Amino acid sequence: MKVAELIEKLNLTVFESGENMNRELTGGYASDLLSDVMGKTKPDMVWITLQSHVNIIAVASLKDLAAIIIVHGQVPPSEVIEKACAEGITLLGTESDTFLTAAKVYQCLFSDGTGTR
Amino acid sequence: MDLDYNIEGGDFTHAGEASSHLKKILKSLNLDSGLIRRTVVSMYEAEVNVVAHAWSGDIHVNIRPDQIHITITDSGPGIPDLELAMQKGYSTASPAVREMGFGAGMGLPNIKENSDFMDITSKPGSGTIMKIVNQIKR
Repeated sequence: MKVAELIEKLNLTVFESGENMNRELTGGYASDLLSDVMGKTKPDMVWITLQSHVNIIAVASLKDLAAIIIVHGQVPPSEVIEKACAEGITLLGTESDTFLTAAKVYQCLFSDGTGTR
Repeated sequence: MDLDYNIEGGDFTHAGEASSHLKKILKSLNLDSGLIRRTVVSMYEAEVNVVAHAWSGDIHVNIRPDQIHITITDSGPGIPDLELAMQKGYSTASPAVREMGFGAGMGLPNIKENSDFMDITSKPGSGTIMKIVNQIKR
């Protein structure tokens, strides 16, 4: 599934569209520890987090993540959105929490139940 | 090719900019994307360590035909017990740093996993020198 399709399916808020919403998602990762994300994610994953500060953009950029979803309806500060724009990162948001968001993303990506990361 | 970066202790706003710049350079050299990711993950973690723990630091990157050498030298408190610092989950980061999602005791283990060679020299009170080397396979 492409990032743009996930946005539509989960009705996500687009804070910054980034350079490529047609990236094919390979999986997802839910964590609020930046080093955990640095260590464990793979390229083209979507990252679900409640962190909304500027450092999440560097992490997503360095790890070639497809998008970030910020949970709990939090709106990132303008400098974070500007940084996402500069780095070409797709920055999204949802009112939902991490657990439900991860479940919905999983359903979208691996609805046949065979998905692996 | 040589690259030099300065890092300001406590400046989380700009943390990661050196690593992002290095990534662009390595990409322009058409190096393997897996090697680029491993290298910038190592450098990012080292960069964040300086921001979180030291007062200032310098990063020197030397890109050779067969290897990438990164040396991070900081003016900071040093690491009293290296073996303990290398343990997953051990951290001396402040509560404010932890709230941002750093300081989970995963940085140094991440560097070790994402580098072919890693060496730390540190004395309490006189700062830390970290060397990271990644092989370029062609």
